[in-house]
Amino acid sequence: MKDTTDKYQNKPLSHESTSLTQAPPDDVQTAPKYELSSGGDYAEPHPQELALEVRGLWTGYNGHPALENINLKVAQGEIVGVIGPNGSGKSTLMKAILGLVKPWKGGAYVMGQPAATRRRIVGYMPQMEDVDWEFPVTVRDVALMGRYSGRGLLRRTNREDRDAADAALQRVGMHDLGERLIGELSGGQRRRVLLARALANDPVLLLLDEPVAGLDATAQHRFLDTVDELRSEGKTVVLSTHDLSCVSEWCGKAACLNRTLIAYGPPGEILDEQVLSETFGSHLLLVHTDGRAYAYEHHRHDTASDVETEGEAGT
Amino acid sequence: MIDALVDPLEFGFMQRAFLAAGLAAIVCAVVGTFVVLKGMAFMGDAVAHSSLAGMSVAYFFGGSIFWGAFAWAIPASILMTGISRRTHLSLDTSIGIIFASGFAVGIILMSRVNNYTADLFGFLFGNVLGVSWNEVALIGGISGAVLVVVVAFYKELLYTSYDATMSAASGIPVRFIQYLLPVLVGITAVVSLKAVGIILVLALLVTPPATGALLARRLPGIMAYSVATALLATILGLYLSFHADFPSGPSIVVVATGLFLLAFLFSPTKGIVWHRNRLTGMPATESAS
Repeated sequence: MKDTTDKYQNKPLSHESTSLTQAPPDDVQTAPKYELSSGGDYAEPHPQELALEVRGLWTGYNGHPALENINLKVAQGEIVGVIGPNGSGKSTLMKAILGLVKPWKGGAYVMGQPAATRRRIVGYMPQMEDVDWEFPVTVRDVALMGRYSGRGLLRRTNREDRDAADAALQRVGMHDLGERLIGELSGGQRRRVLLARALANDPVLLLLDEPVAGLDATAQHRFLDTVDELRSEGKTVVLSTHDLSCVSEWCGKAACLNRTLIAYGPPGEILDEQVLSETFGSHLLLVHTDGRAYAYEHHRHDTASDVETEGEAGT
Repeated sequence: MIDALVDPLEFGFMQRAFLAAGLAAIVCAVVGTFVVLKGMAFMGDAVAHSSLAGMSVAYFFGGSIFWGAFAWAIPASILMTGISRRTHLSLDTSIGIIFASGFAVGIILMSRVNNYTADLFGFLFGNVLGVSWNEVALIGGISGAVLVVVVAFYKELLYTSYDATMSAASGIPVRFIQYLLPVLVGITAVVSLKAVGIILVLALLVTPPATGALLARRLPGIMAYSVATALLATILGLYLSFHADFPSGPSIVVVATGLFLLAFLFSPTKGIVWHRNRLTGMPATESAS
């Protein structure tokens, strides 16, 4: 797994070499309002070590902006937690990095290259609802799909692909359940299969969209332990979540997103009430239960009942 | 008993019927597996119905009915997908528009023909006993082409059906595949028109794959059982039709439905008869892994 990382590190990765698409725009360089650079572990990374850089990114749907001028730098071996309410653009950010949503302006760069040309070294785990869990495929079939981006059209997968898929399943502790149908798995196991699929191509960068939403505390911990092991092996992880304590506990940096990047930095330094209320809106309610902090948002559209509903994280 | 099996084969029309219906059944069983998994049954039904327009135009002007249906079905399949993609209308709405309009145009044209009822009946319910060697060859050639495309794009069809977002992220041309599958369904429906007719094509597309889904776990297994079911239904159905003097298309459909019911009741893993007494096959219940 180290090999890939080193390979890309050794390449000259200056931004001037991004001849594949247009050069990154220099005009938009607005930093997030509350960005703090603390010395030590999270010092401003050298550009050539950046696993991911998002520069001046604007995008949206049907003419409505979903992300406005996002600037984000993620060094290799970091876990970044993206937090924000429903519709704040967390999934859109990941889709823009993957090239599934076209940027209006600006762009994303993986290992110094335009992200759209770097899909093979980006592993993506979509939200649980985006996957058809009744589809008649086994755990191993799904892991193998993670290798498809390396194969051309009309090419069949080979022994090497099957070995890589098995290794990825081994890595997340799902190898023994390889012949199970995905519909027969528990919630925690389902997430591990999707993580294995994201890992099958041995990516440098992992994008995990709401990987622990809906899991109980124990299963969350087990999943994030695995993610942290992957980080210590050199993977870079960007995950979105609704759980503030998950960010504080596991993520080196937090990115507070609500169409714009409101704050970006180590969670201990940026996650104060001002930033959170700006991220989640003025009706944010922080609740501490079981030693975990949850961000509740007030549903402003809900006129019939004035209930406080938990945000994205379904239980 | 042996005579009952051999006798029909001495007739040329029965030989041709076995071949034509068998080929149609195989391609329906394979493409139908995706139809069942993707919930595209309405689309298959609609392509078949709307192709009545193409058949009628060809019939009216003395052209080949087969190619008439074919020429109508492919643009109809593309339009169904295209209309819903280009507008906010849902897929079943755009399918409904194509379905009804094609059928209406077909009926209007047919009403201008003298022996309207008899010919229309043949279109609607198929007439596999009247198939010519030329048509058998045509059905064989097109079925073969569809199967080659499915095998070639199996990986892409599988991944796009399962998870379109991820397959797009993997660089698979998802939009192409999302148009390819309806076109394959359209071609398959036309290939089967001679065997079972416009109204019953749906049964060949849906019933054998549904039977397969009750008997196997993974997609390749489901496809294999689907093909076996479809072939068995075709053979038994044509014998039934020959000996009992039933119309051929409906006989095939009735046998296929019988096989589905057997699987529904007695499937080793999913049959309701065994399932009451067994706990295997239950989803795992622990919440953590």
